[in-house]
Amino acid sequence: MVSQMRAYFIYQASTLGAFLFFLRQVGRQAVRGPFRFREIFFQLEAIGNHSLPIILLTGLCTGAVFSLQIGGIFQVFGAESLTGGATGIALATELAPLVTGFLLIGRVGAAMTAEISTMVVQEQVLALESMAVDPIHYLVVPRVLASMIMMPLLCGVFMAVGVVGAYIVGMGLFDLDQGVFFDRLLHMVTFHDLIAGLRKMFIFSFFISIICCRGGLMASGGAKGVGLATTTSVVIALLVLLCIDFLISYFQIRWL
Amino acid sequence: MIRFENITKSFGSRLVLDHLDLQIRKGELTFIIGKSGEGKSVTLKHMMGLMRPDTGHVYIDGVDITTAEEEKVRDIRKEFGILFQQAALFDHMTVRENISFPLRENTKLSEKERAFRVEEVLAQVGLHHIKDKYPNTLSTGERKRVGLARALSTKPKILLYDEPTTGMDPLLSEMIDELIVKVNQEEREITSIVVSHDLKATLATADRIIMLYNGCVVLMGTPHEFTTTEHPVVRQFFSGTVDGPMEFL
Repeated sequence: MVSQMRAYFIYQASTLGAFLFFLRQVGRQAVRGPFRFREIFFQLEAIGNHSLPIILLTGLCTGAVFSLQIGGIFQVFGAESLTGGATGIALATELAPLVTGFLLIGRVGAAMTAEISTMVVQEQVLALESMAVDPIHYLVVPRVLASMIMMPLLCGVFMAVGVVGAYIVGMGLFDLDQGVFFDRLLHMVTFHDLIAGLRKMFIFSFFISIICCRGGLMASGGAKGVGLATTTSVVIALLVLLCIDFLISYFQIRWL
Repeated sequence: MIRFENITKSFGSRLVLDHLDLQIRKGELTFIIGKSGEGKSVTLKHMMGLMRPDTGHVYIDGVDITTAEEEKVRDIRKEFGILFQQAALFDHMTVRENISFPLRENTKLSEKERAFRVEEVLAQVGLHHIKDKYPNTLSTGERKRVGLARALSTKPKILLYDEPTTGMDPLLSEMIDELIVKVNQEEREITSIVVSHDLKATLATADRIIMLYNGCVVLMGTPHEFTTTEHPVVRQFFSGTVDGPMEFL
């Protein structure tokens, strides 16, 4: 039992060590030229343009559902005018970064792992190395940089359409006054809240892209290996996202 | 030119290369043969520094790539071209983009010069009409030839072929074999190393043959030496019989 636990901890420690070493490699490659603008723009398009419809739809629905729930509770106390503001705070500080993160893990992260792992099992990554091209420089760095630019922007879009969803529900179901809705919203949601949400998404985007790219590069075997790598990366990214979310929220509430 | 000194490589508990020593001469067409799982492809990957040995040294033109800095190894790799078993073409790029990729990465050629070189190597492998196609629309033979064109594009000094004819029909195999010989004749300075199971082509085209068995070199010599040797393992391998000293897993 003790030896099993020791073996488990040694394995986990070595995995963490390998991950930290990978982070170091990514850092080193990120500052090494040539800068691959073509690949970065390609990834910006893949992450941004292709994810926009699902972000718009989910943002609208999340804002609408949240304001429906919270508005119902506020109505009991005759405080339904707070619906817009409360939804805005929830969207900015928690809902938008977290739901956007989940969506992007499923849509972008899984695609990153699947693409890279397919390249690994088909020896395309080995072909890159044989041409003296570092796979981290060519495959990982553009994806990480593009994610860190585009994912916070998508989170901003999510916040905006979430407010539109809340507005539709507020006007349609709670007969709120438009002026009151926006007055409460602008009064309650501060610039600091918006920055807190975007900063959270910025950190999430780094971890999502790093975990999913590394999962792809670690793949082995054939189609089964690609499937396993993708599933593992998505699960790990989701768990890491939740842990980081808790830590960031804790530090924000305690110290900021 | 290429020298392996006491190379050992294991994967888990399986010892693939066991204190391997070999030498490959400049400008020759060398075939590496042996039964499946004997570490032929692993040997090729060690030549390019794509794998690190557990022990021993690999020297390329006198430079020990097992201890050299990563930058130095990367520079040495630029002297190589490799045709992978499954061609390993980038499936998100067209044939033209695949071939010009190493040129873009490793040379200072202008776009016009790169386009000219792409045309040149595609003509060399007889495929000038498919440059705008994607790899998934090509046949196995076409993919292999595009892979060869990509390997040739940077005018490498050393060209490696990892089982270039495995899984192909006899006609296609013959065509690829002819292409390997043609490339070796046209590019006089090139050193070609072919990992192969095709004994007929090996005997017909090789300058030298290296046979691996149990992670070591059994025999290294000319095709004539291979056909006249009395070494029991070599005789069994060439006769293709199950009975003999060679162990089958």
